[in-house]
Amino acid sequence: MEIFGVSLQGLAGQLLIGLINGSFYAVLSLGLAVIFGQLNIINFAHGALYMMGAFLAWIGLTHFGINYWAALLLVPLLIGLLGIVIERALLRWLYQLDHLYGLLLTFGLALIIEGLFRYYFGISGESYEAPEALRGGVDLGFMFLPLYRGWVVVASLVVCLATWFIIERTKLGAYLRAGTENPKLVQALGINVPLMITLTYGFGVALAGFAGVLAAPILQVNPLMGSNLIIVVFAVVVIGGMGSILGSIVTGLGLGLVEALTRVVYPEASAVVIFVIMVIVLLVRPAGLFGREN
Amino acid sequence: MTDAYSPNVEMLRITDLHAFYGESHILHGIDLSVNRGEVVTLLGRNGAGRTTTLKAILGLTGRRTGSVMMNGRETIAMPPHRIARLGIGYCPEERGIFASLTAEENLLLPPAVGSGGMSLDAIYAMFPNLAERRASQGTRLSGGEQQMLAMARILRTGARLLLLDEITEGLAPVIKQALGQVIRALREKGLTIVLVEQNFRFAAPLADRHYVVEHGRIVERVDKNELSSRMSTLHELLGV
Ligand SMILES: Nc1ncnc2c1ncn2[C@@H]1O[C@H](COP(=O)(O)OP(=O)(O)O)[C@@H](O)[C@H]1O
Ligand SMILES: [Mg+2]
Repeated sequence: MEIFGVSLQGLAGQLLIGLINGSFYAVLSLGLAVIFGQLNIINFAHGALYMMGAFLAWIGLTHFGINYWAALLLVPLLIGLLGIVIERALLRWLYQLDHLYGLLLTFGLALIIEGLFRYYFGISGESYEAPEALRGGVDLGFMFLPLYRGWVVVASLVVCLATWFIIERTKLGAYLRAGTENPKLVQALGINVPLMITLTYGFGVALAGFAGVLAAPILQVNPLMGSNLIIVVFAVVVIGGMGSILGSIVTGLGLGLVEALTRVVYPEASAVVIFVIMVIVLLVRPAGLFGREN
Repeated sequence: MTDAYSPNVEMLRITDLHAFYGESHILHGIDLSVNRGEVVTLLGRNGAGRTTTLKAILGLTGRRTGSVMMNGRETIAMPPHRIARLGIGYCPEERGIFASLTAEENLLLPPAVGSGGMSLDAIYAMFPNLAERRASQGTRLSGGEQQMLAMARILRTGARLLLLDEITEGLAPVIKQALGQVIRALREKGLTIVLVEQNFRFAAPLADRHYVVEHGRIVERVDKNELSSRMSTLHELLGV
């Protein structure tokens, strides 16, 4: 059977790639959304911290014998701690100012982090082998599914849904939602909002670190891997709506698939389709598909 | 409750309080004190600085100087959440109901800041409408219901000092009456209340003492028993 001159197997393969890219878009844009909700800062350092996550996994494995599974836990923790330091030392001072300052500061941070990794590791890239348990694949009948790729999609979805659940359905999430609307009042009701903001930034960038570890076995571990990806992720955020939790998850996955379908139907457009959609959304619904207009 | 009414124990003492919003100097040396179990009002014309006084107590303005003692503790250098945790409940002028929370989530949001707060059941008995609408989005409630919700959520926390900003503003007479009942009930329970009111007729029978604020200063202090003899002064100051 053929669709658009592509076999079903080819189509399924493309869709899987789309789903994997979409998973990364979702986890990264989710982190950006969570951070934007509390800090009102567009975290340009996100891509660099994602890259750092991949590198820390690689360094852990090659220099310290820390395996993939341990890295999946430790690296987000480390990146989260780094985030806490960044928030306390730098971002804290910018909240009274225009959004633009936070953006510029995090952009500068991204350049510094990338510069450092480029200096120490060059740009040729390192490879990271998938963990033993996830090598190989299964035949699904209509396609061959490499296990690791299936794992990436599942792990991303679980993390996204868990985050969504915490924010939308728990007491802690109620604090976060209320804090997004009116942080001063939330603090006047007795909640330690500054601490909440610090931990939110830590959590948001930990998500980037997590995505970095997930990506290490699929992509080249390379100092530029973050800046390549993050541009698309920003477009995803704009399309989904700044700060929307569900929006970032759904839009991330959806756009990964749209990109894949475009690659099947009209490959020449696949690199730009997301940006075309972004322009259309900005014109028609500036707050984004899931954003609240105000 | 053992501390129900202790008229001579000071709950809140404000001395020479100045407060700023950015460069604007709004409060110019507020002095007032409130004893445990008292109900005190801040009266004044629009823009006099009453809301700012409540915000300055909680540390919600910009820079502030002077002294705000809460139960004998200096709070002028504390961040708002620590001040609130000393046992203050704040009901802001704009009500501050969160749109992204259900009515019940709004109600359960503030953490306990003292012991002896009302149970959820007791609150729903006091505000039956809120029980019916517990699953609705907070801002879908009517104005009156939102005001009830803003009051109810600080009654759960065990706060001993309530700062209430224009709670009757824009509400129907029946709802104003109901709120008057609530204030009386709270006073009987020994809570201390600072009430900012535009509506003097609502405030007069409830309060032990009235302060008149003008241009960020206290310009008049009228006790309950002086009320009838000082009425003309008040009328003049408030333009009512
Ligand atoms: N956020 C703010 N920034 C600057 N000025 C403010 C702000 N809020 C209030 N003011 C000014 O402070 C003064 C006192 O306001 P407010 O305390 O709200 O008065 P009241 O509650 O007595 O009506 C007014 O002149 C008002 O314009
Ligand atoms: Mg006011």
